[in-house]
Amino acid sequence: MPKKEIVPKKTPMAEQPPAERIHNFNEVPYGYTPEEAIAEARRCLECKNPRCVEGCPVGIDIPGFLKLIAEGDFQGAANLIHQANALPAITGRVCPQETQCEVVCALCKKYEPVAIGRLERFVADWEAAQGVLPVPPLPPPTGKKVAVVGSGPAGITVAADLAKMGHEVTIFEALHEPGGVLIYGIPEFRLPKEIVRREVDYVRRLGVKIVTDFVVGRTATLEELLQEFDAVFLGTGAGLPWFLNIPGENLSGVYSANEYLTRVNLMKAYLFPEYDTPVARGRRVVTIGGGNVAMDAARTALRMGAEESIIVYRRSREEMPARLEEIHHAEEEGVQFMLLTTPIAFHGDEQGRVKELECLRNELGEPDESGRRRPVAIPGSNFRIPCDLAIIAIGQSPNPLIPTTTPQLKIGKGGVVIVDEKTMKTSIKGVFAGGDVATGGATVILAMGHARIAAKAIDEYLRTGEW
Amino acid sequence: MNRILEKQVLSDVTKLMVVEAPLIARKAQAGQFVIVRISERSERIPLTIADFDREAGTITLIFQQVGKSTEEMATLEVGDHFATVVGPLGRPTEIERYGTVVCVGGGVGIAPIYPIARALKEAGNTVISIIGARTRAYLFWEDRMRAVSDELIICTDDGSYGRKALVTEPLKELLETRGNEIARVWAIGPTIMMKFVSLTTKPFNVPTIVSLNTIMVDGTGMCGGCRVELTSGQRFVCVDGPEFDGHQVNWDNLLARVQFYREQERLALEHWRHKCRLEEVVAQEEARTSVATGR
Ligand SMILES: Cc1cc2nc3c(=O)[nH]c(=O)nc-3n(C[C@H](O)[C@H](O)[C@H](O)COP(=O)(O)OP(=O)(O)OC[C@H]3O[C@@H](n4cnc5c(N)ncnc54)[C@H](O)[C@@H]3O)c2cc1C
Ligand SMILES: Cc1cc2nc3c(=O)[nH]c(=O)nc-3n(C[C@H](O)[C@H](O)[C@H](O)COP(=O)(O)OP(=O)(O)OC[C@H]3O[C@@H](n4cnc5c(N)ncnc54)[C@H](O)[C@@H]3O)c2cc1C
Ligand code: SF4
Ligand code: SF4
Ligand code: FES
Repeated sequence: MPKKEIVPKKTPMAEQPPAERIHNFNEVPYGYTPEEAIAEARRCLECKNPRCVEGCPVGIDIPGFLKLIAEGDFQGAANLIHQANALPAITGRVCPQETQCEVVCALCKKYEPVAIGRLERFVADWEAAQGVLPVPPLPPPTGKKVAVVGSGPAGITVAADLAKMGHEVTIFEALHEPGGVLIYGIPEFRLPKEIVRREVDYVRRLGVKIVTDFVVGRTATLEELLQEFDAVFLGTGAGLPWFLNIPGENLSGVYSANEYLTRVNLMKAYLFPEYDTPVARGRRVVTIGGGNVAMDAARTALRMGAEESIIVYRRSREEMPARLEEIHHAEEEGVQFMLLTTPIAFHGDEQGRVKELECLRNELGEPDESGRRRPVAIPGSNFRIPCDLAIIAIGQSPNPLIPTTTPQLKIGKGGVVIVDEKTMKTSIKGVFAGGDVATGGATVILAMGHARIAAKAIDEYLRTGEW
Repeated sequence: MNRILEKQVLSDVTKLMVVEAPLIARKAQAGQFVIVRISERSERIPLTIADFDREAGTITLIFQQVGKSTEEMATLEVGDHFATVVGPLGRPTEIERYGTVVCVGGGVGIAPIYPIARALKEAGNTVISIIGARTRAYLFWEDRMRAVSDELIICTDDGSYGRKALVTEPLKELLETRGNEIARVWAIGPTIMMKFVSLTTKPFNVPTIVSLNTIMVDGTGMCGGCRVELTSGQRFVCVDGPEFDGHQVNWDNLLARVQFYREQERLALEHWRHKCRLEEVVAQEEARTSVATGR
């Protein structure tokens, strides 16, 4: 075989221009055309020891599916991806590829990596465009019943896998719409809700029953579920928002990112008053944090009419945990970054509404336990950022509702449910857990990976009864 | 599920609905609430479970028409469904045998104070209840409250029924005359009323429980929008409450927070009323043309 000619750069993907997109909630990147996808897939070197596969938390056969794309066999590529990844249209869009599959791509030494995420997305979108995905033939019912708590990526993946094994699955979801963070948190312009609904619909077509408006720990306890079901999977995520614990945090106009994004995404406040739920429309919006959640909030604020949207982050740019693409998109859209800045107080007006965020400037000190250089505040460097809306996006931990109503459930540092990583078993017989509830805020692909491990272990438990 | 089985008009602005919700009725306890959503476009609004019937699988909601969502709710009729009824949310009231207790219900707060008074009575307490409203037409459930109270004091702001007073007046007198007897006070009503009840009981050092009605979205501890400042730190009303020690609440912060959406709430109500009028006009117009064309 002749030696392949190397194409140094990723095939570019067309996007909505920044000036236009800040006025709508439509998705930003348009996705590859089949020709672009084939050209991009051909960049792969077909390595003998593909490092990319190790970089992917669920070990997708990346060179395998790239080769099929290069040959124009998109259905074959889709089938191959599905063996390891249940939600490629979603992970192709939201995985932090630059720290997972793409960072270790052999091309990276000198050139840009293969655009694995974009190609994964292409294949999934192509498949969806062919019509409704048929459900596979299901095995005869096993007569075993499983309750899945939470309908985020962990919950829907575990439900789909178990249904395909012949178990009777019911998902219980606290909110009125299934999808977890994919529905209430990640905005439409990054992950169209249509895609999430399609995945949820697929799970329904597999025979999974989805009960919304059901809060486990309140409507029924975990113990009560165990009386009715043979096994339970907890995929309740990490929905408890952290606050800064600084003065003025309870002023009106100071939101957690969860509240802000839930109002806009789940409750459709951007369509107010056609939809009833209001949200404050700030002119100068400050978002505190440097992760995906912060980028989503700051970019949503622009689309809600903010003239200025400012991100305040205590470390430097290199340390921002957000996906590179999000930081890049935020910058293009005019989001300003105030780095090495620590908030110390909110100040309000007579009506108790936020009007300023007081901050200190930082310099970088010694590395901390995470290996990143610790930001150290410079005394006396106080300054104030005028703002009429502030959004706190500094992290979240698992909701304590189920643990507090289930004393036997073992909980670790940060409120996570303790699991055995090989099986996702918790301290209670018959109860498994995975996704953010077991890790604290992490990623969609990790949640899905957990779910796949759990599904196997649950199936085994149901068949053998052994714990 | 979620079907309205009964509707009562308690006053011009206060309605009662019995809703089919067997899962919630099974678990409900005094002090808890539900979140309802009328339709796909509606907001999620918290309402106290004023009563429940485990056998019939129903819960009773009582609401006052104060804005768009509650106005729209008032137009629902028997047989209609809510898009969402989720619960029971919040922590139940801590019912014990305390001795003599006072239950204060103001306005629509009479609805949530009732199951608490009943549970306290059943637990062997001597229950003194004070209920109040702006005017006689806004009072309801006098008979029910009487049935679970050893003493019942009724006030109206305008003197149209009972005593012409704010609920804090008879409360203060009780505390002055029988202060050592009174082990605990519960107060539910408008935020401003609960603030003044707490201020009234403070000098007498009588533990005072209030049920806060902050603005909420999810009701499960996910958004933090319902947070309240206590002297002991920040709490989420939907999961840590709704009942708190009234002496610990930062009332001014709370009052400001519940006002935050006032302008948008006004807009929403106007928009809705306008739409309703429009629909009426269109309906009339259609009726007229169909008569005219003989269809
Ligand atoms: C704004 C935002 C942006 C993000 N961006 C990215 C990104 O770009 N890439 C990425 O990989 N990850 C991202 N993440 C993280 C990612 O979304 C999560 O890691 C992932 O969704 C976790 O999945 P999960 O299934 O464990 O939980 P979740 O998606 O959180 O779902 C949990 C579900 O359980 C329900 N639930 C909770 N408690 C109960 C209960 N007691 N009873 C019934 N139901 C309950 C919740 O309502 C929720 O629907 C982002 C997160 C946020 C908030
Ligand atoms: C735990 C809890 C239990 C409640 N129980 C009852 C009840 O049993 N009966 C009842 O009539 N009301 C109850 N409320 C208040 C009820 O939720 C609000 O009256 C309702 O949401 C108002 O909606 P709206 O659209 O009609 O009015 P809006 O136009 O939204 O508001 C009108 C007025 O109500 C206040 N308000 C708005 N939203 C809320 C909200 N979510 N919570 C509290 N106040 C709000 C505003 O400050 C404003 O003054 C309860 C609230 C909580 C938190
Ligand atoms: S699932 Fe995520 S990490 Fe794995 S190949 Fe796809 S984009 Fe890369
Ligand atoms: S590491 Fe890069 S070049 Fe090698 S197989 Fe994977 S995608 Fe292809
Ligand atoms: S209503 Fe969202 S946390 Fe309480």
